[in-house]
Amino acid sequence: MRKNSWKPSNLYLIVVFAILYAPIFYLMFYSFNSGGSMREFEGFTWEFYGEVFQDTRLLIIVLNTFIIALLSSAISTIIGVFGAIAIHYIRSNRPKGTLLTLNNVLIVSPDVIIGASFLILFTIAGIQLGFVSVLLSHIAFSIPIVVIMVLPKLQEMSGTLLDAARDLGASSWEVLTRVILPYIKPGIFAGFFMALTYSLDDFAVTFFVTGNGFSTLSVEIYSRARQGVSLSINALSTLIFLFTILLVIGYYFINRRSSRPAGREERA
Amino acid sequence: MEKAGLVVMEARARNFYLVPYLLWIVLFVVAPILLIVYYSFFNVEGEFTLSNYEKFFTPVYLRMTLSSFWYAFLITFFSLLVAYPTAYLLTRTKHKGLWLLLIILPSWINLLLKAYAFIGLFGTYGFVNAVLELTGIGTKQLLFTDFSFVFVSVYIFIPFMVLPIFNALEKMNPTLVYAARDLGASAWTTFRRVIFPLTLDGVKAGCMAVFIPALSLFMITRLIAGNRVITLGTAIEQHFLVTQDWGMGATIAVFLIIAMALLMLLTGNRKRGLIDIAKK
Repeated sequence: MRKNSWKPSNLYLIVVFAILYAPIFYLMFYSFNSGGSMREFEGFTWEFYGEVFQDTRLLIIVLNTFIIALLSSAISTIIGVFGAIAIHYIRSNRPKGTLLTLNNVLIVSPDVIIGASFLILFTIAGIQLGFVSVLLSHIAFSIPIVVIMVLPKLQEMSGTLLDAARDLGASSWEVLTRVILPYIKPGIFAGFFMALTYSLDDFAVTFFVTGNGFSTLSVEIYSRARQGVSLSINALSTLIFLFTILLVIGYYFINRRSSRPAGREERA
Repeated sequence: MEKAGLVVMEARARNFYLVPYLLWIVLFVVAPILLIVYYSFFNVEGEFTLSNYEKFFTPVYLRMTLSSFWYAFLITFFSLLVAYPTAYLLTRTKHKGLWLLLIILPSWINLLLKAYAFIGLFGTYGFVNAVLELTGIGTKQLLFTDFSFVFVSVYIFIPFMVLPIFNALEKMNPTLVYAARDLGASAWTTFRRVIFPLTLDGVKAGCMAVFIPALSLFMITRLIAGNRVITLGTAIEQHFLVTQDWGMGATIAVFLIIAMALLMLLTGNRKRGLIDIAKK
């Protein structure tokens, strides 16, 4: 019986995986098509990869996207870590709960609402739509993710560690840099990576707050896809896919490294 | 004396950490919501009015809201239908972590790129139609239909449904299943009376993670459904970026926020899922 139930179930998983990856491989496959369309495969060519690297506008946009992603995740990591430490220090339950609820608002809000409300905010504040507004909104929606990734690490940390550090004469600053930060480092890294992928992946929020002159990759792909299919987008997608896989592998290893010491601590 | 000094020091440190974070909460969480509510009371000319709310209760907008909820329901339902068995089977495989990662991986790829791929796949001369032609069914109009809209949305949301269900299944004590089987329950009864109830939290979390974004999808409606499907998200985007009627857009957003809050109250304990789903 076990043997019989094994086969169809695996088939189901294979079908699910096939459907999940079909569009991605479809894009990659046709990026090498010399025919210039996604209809018939005529011959192999690197032409569209060349096109991607000659398209200065596209390259600038890719660069912009990475600058925004790196800057916003770095800044949101700093603010988020401070926020998580602050929440952790709060003893009474009420304000702690309120802060956590407010923290999660941006995580559950649909992108459209975040985008629309930020658009109003920037317009009222007189911030010109463009690099700054996109950067600010990416920082804003990344902070709660960092907090959520860091908080469990802080809760895991034994309070006696801090007491010991203070008893031995450490100042607040030393407690932070020598005890707390090293301990929650894996959480900080995970938060940073999460923020990075959120930022790279975001379309809706950016679409609302980006002005005319500034564009990120997703917004650019959207406007190009609406005009019709061009294989240089396929080539670009393939490059992005490969890059994403690299990111995922990096994230995976950081996660694995972070889960191991925690396990050791428990046993000791 | 010593202790008091410590408490003061701790409080000062806490305030130091708290300031930038609170500033963020006030500026980017509280203020935007208040601004949305505030703007919903103004019309295009900038006059204070309740007309946006009146307009929302006209058949046009009510029908749109209804159809938006209907599509979101369909998307959530089909996602659950596909994701539950997937999650269940994943827990039975060797190297679960790796397989789970492979399920999540496509969700890390830009949404636009995937939508773009489906334009190619579903197009008149695309791969799916070629297969249909070969099997003798013949070419069909796939793009710009309800089917393609729901299919692509389900495709996009599946990882977010699989993840919380997978976690719930993993947390479940397997001896309970053995006990049920030992006591003579059939596989189906075991699933219905033991496994499903125990993983209900995961199912709820997954549904939350799919339903709310599905209500406010806006880019896919345009690229895949060719504006045939108008969701609340599309309407908000239209009002803000095309017709510049921010008041009306804000009004729809207010209702979306209310719907969201109600849903969160209804499904109750959603904390776990939100942490797991670190993606929209």
